[in-house]
Amino acid sequence: MTPLLQAREVSLAFDGLLAVNRLSLEIFSGDIAALVGPNGAGKTSWFNVVNGLLRPSHGSVFFKGKEITNWSGDRVARLGIARTFQDLRLARGLSVFDNVLLARPFQQGETLLGALVRCWAWARQEENAKVAARNLLQTVGLEEMASSMAQDLSYGQQKLLALACCLSTQAGLLLLDEPFSGIHPELVSRLIQLLDRLASEGKTILFIEHNLEAVKKVARRVIVLDRGSKVADGGPGVLERPEVLDIYLR
Amino acid sequence: MTYICHELVLISIFSILAMSLNLLVGYLGLASMAQAAYYGIGAYTAALMSLTLNTPLPLNMLAAALLAGLSAMGISWCALRWHDDYFVLATFGAQIILFSVFKNWVSLTNGPAGLGGIAQVSFFGFSFDTPFKFLMLAAPVAFACFLLIRALARAPFGRLLLAIREDEIFTLTLGKDVRRYKVTASAISAALAAIAGALYAHYISFIDPTSFSATESILIISMVIIGGAASLTGSLLGATFLIVLPEALKFVNMPESVAATGRQLLLGLSLVVLMVYRPQGLLGTYRFGRNQ
Repeated sequence: MTPLLQAREVSLAFDGLLAVNRLSLEIFSGDIAALVGPNGAGKTSWFNVVNGLLRPSHGSVFFKGKEITNWSGDRVARLGIARTFQDLRLARGLSVFDNVLLARPFQQGETLLGALVRCWAWARQEENAKVAARNLLQTVGLEEMASSMAQDLSYGQQKLLALACCLSTQAGLLLLDEPFSGIHPELVSRLIQLLDRLASEGKTILFIEHNLEAVKKVARRVIVLDRGSKVADGGPGVLERPEVLDIYLR
Repeated sequence: MTYICHELVLISIFSILAMSLNLLVGYLGLASMAQAAYYGIGAYTAALMSLTLNTPLPLNMLAAALLAGLSAMGISWCALRWHDDYFVLATFGAQIILFSVFKNWVSLTNGPAGLGGIAQVSFFGFSFDTPFKFLMLAAPVAFACFLLIRALARAPFGRLLLAIREDEIFTLTLGKDVRRYKVTASAISAALAAIAGALYAHYISFIDPTSFSATESILIISMVIIGGAASLTGSLLGATFLIVLPEALKFVNMPESVAATGRQLLLGLSLVVLMVYRPQGLLGTYRFGRNQ
């Protein structure tokens, strides 16, 4: 079986500090996998390499069998990898609805010609996009906040909006950076159900998380990193292994 | 009446400049200090084409817009390697270089002596040879620029520019080619500024480098900030305010030597007061520099 995402011997160094150390990983279509490890384990750095925000010092990354090493972030996203950020990135000065609309791919009104000349075409496309955006906001439970500014949402709601934006891109692989951290327990259970549902609908999900209870409930596979290297990879049971417990207790 | 029409023509020209810069400053969050240079490219292109080829205004405007648009693409492609304050400095550098070209390439621009005798505009035998008649041309052109920028701003293109202003990395990770949009917006902005330059050259019939200096760039960016970033009506208001204010002060009874300094002082003071009490500008909602 060909992996959806494959990283071969990826390393990333910052001025001599090795954040990711010859890390090889394979993510298969339909996986719902958690990337865990203590702070500084290289999880977010690895995400940044995969989605083109950072260039690896060594190694290569493949998506759907195509090498995407050193591709720019927008090119990687257009190929079907969406992500959220630990430090929440959104267009905060735009409405919740506009954030989701913005994330739709291949919009005719985003080109100069489309915006000025083919107004009717983008307007028609926009109507369809609005229906889809409303459905997505309903999926994440933010339909009543559609006209609010993104900056006015609570932290947890902003996380849900970031997820809605990811889904709006229609990407097949979602990289979620700490989706459960800092959010209300009620939202945690809603998010767990949502991720389950997305996986059953065919999305591949790889998420970084420190909330190990949530990891055990959602992830079918857990990859443990420490100091930029893979320590364990398997079912949620790997979290009970002594070497993994050691990392967290150290 | 002639005096008022002259002022209205200047307001029309500077409204185009302010609205075009607002596309960058207000919608994209990029403060360009080279707007007067693109204005100058437009004016010199139109003047030279008119003087050497005797071409009509629409053709001169088109050539001016193309040349300024292409120049802006090159300049912004280089300047966009940097962000925020560094981008401002890079465009300021471009402004100084282009001003030096206007001033020192004597064989082309006639240097500080400027270019005179630029033909007045006439269509089908009707000559726009008075401020009132020229206003009939300048105001519709300014209105057309307003409609064009508004159409862009209301389309998904405008939403994308606002998103880049809000968070560039977020927009990038949604699959949007941020750099391409920045270059495109810079080119449109410069092309519109060049159209204003072509109008100016044909209206005044004489141009020299002093009209396209860094001081003019500061004046244009002040119009945008006073009117309000990301507000086109704000740009119209900003341009009107900064054109009318010095003229209105001419009517205050004081010696000319004091009045000139007084005008500058009042202009500076009004900017400071506005930045303290209404940093988003008179009609704006976005506070420029908030994300920096």
